[in-house]
Amino acid sequence: MIWDNDFAISVFPLLLEGLWVTVQITLLGTLLAAVLGLVFAVLRRLAIPVLSPVVSFFVVFVRGTPLLVQAYCAFFVLPAYGVSFDAFTTGLVVIGVNYSAYMAEVYRSGIQGVPKGQWEASTALSLPGARTWGRIILPQAVRTVVPMLGNYLIQMFKDSAVLSAITVVELMATAQAIGSSNFRYLEPLTLAALLFLAISYPASRLVNRLERRYAPQH
Amino acid sequence: MSAVIGYAPLLWQGLLTTILVTVLSGALCLVVAFAAGLARLSSHRYLRWPAGVFIEVFRGTSLLVQMFWLFFALPFFGIQLHPLTAAVLALGLNEGAYAAEVVRGAIASRAKGQTEACIALGMEPALRLRRVIVPQSIPAMLPPFGNVMVDLLKNTSLVSLVTVTDLTFRAQMIRSTTGQTTAIFLTILVMYFVLSCLLTLLTGWLERRFALDRKAIAAQRTESRLMKVGAA
Repeated sequence: MIWDNDFAISVFPLLLEGLWVTVQITLLGTLLAAVLGLVFAVLRRLAIPVLSPVVSFFVVFVRGTPLLVQAYCAFFVLPAYGVSFDAFTTGLVVIGVNYSAYMAEVYRSGIQGVPKGQWEASTALSLPGARTWGRIILPQAVRTVVPMLGNYLIQMFKDSAVLSAITVVELMATAQAIGSSNFRYLEPLTLAALLFLAISYPASRLVNRLERRYAPQH
Repeated sequence: MSAVIGYAPLLWQGLLTTILVTVLSGALCLVVAFAAGLARLSSHRYLRWPAGVFIEVFRGTSLLVQMFWLFFALPFFGIQLHPLTAAVLALGLNEGAYAAEVVRGAIASRAKGQTEACIALGMEPALRLRRVIVPQSIPAMLPPFGNVMVDLLKNTSLVSLVTVTDLTFRAQMIRSTTGQTTAIFLTILVMYFVLSCLLTLLTGWLERRFALDRKAIAAQRTESRLMKVGAA
């Protein structure tokens, strides 16, 4: 028998624990990415000398380099300068910052999509900058971003497997650990794949439906 | 910095492996994309369904899981793949599944009149696809294809986890022998960044080259040149 059913059943609870860590990373990471991404997008748009170009370059650089290497950098380089967190926190921050660069781009297109008249009207009413952003521009820009947030959430759910390389004990790392200690990789890896699929497939169907329902009006 | 200079030949070899993996899996990705994307649009159920299942499975699970599965789980069926083969297969199939959706989307959004005109002219379905539908869809495919290729390039770093000696693998090796962590990782970050910039430039060039309305673009270019001359 190639597939050992008893073994598969015995390791399933362990894999579910790993899945729970993956889900935590995904939810917290998306939250971090959504907030940081907004900050980056606004900073770029404000055109502050030095700061805005630096933020722009940072966003482009993060988008142009692999998540795995970024994770290694945070995991191996930062402790050399006395900054060290546990693997979970490091992984969370790395994936959050990585996705914030993508989210910044989404927010940017959302901000650009706000009709020019809205800016002009705010100026005509002499609204202060903070109110223009907070009450006029961002509420309209963010609406178009919400469906994309769902897509990135699913993408991050799958990408978080990369963090197993820096010893974050999520689903993938759990499957690998079970495999190497029992010399049986087939069952844990297949179950891990099925668990990923069981969550991401229905989730992406749901996001697609939401996307169609909340399509931008302008 | 001395570690980086001393180990430059090692990094160079890693870079070549990374480029090799990118090119091989990029080629596989394109083949898979067109095969699965066209099958997805087929009117035959026995072509459409397997393609759909393939796309959803490979998009729905993590690339790392797929790569590990091909490398560690496949031997239980008596198939032991070379690390490079497993890596290229996983990358090509995974990114191919994403690109298949690009192909499907681009072709599905073509103007219907083109297909109808082909039918009216009595073109066979294969000829229709080859001479009209696919060439017209390519400009729409290029920008998302560019994104897929940059993604693929970045994801090649994962092959280091199945012992392919790419740039990331070499960097890890040098890190563990010299301990010069900062210099080595910053160097390869910059190397990856340069590679993805080059890939973006290449796609941009292809986009201009394959733009449907090349005459209009050429006219625009002369106009802007004339304006520059006028301004001077």
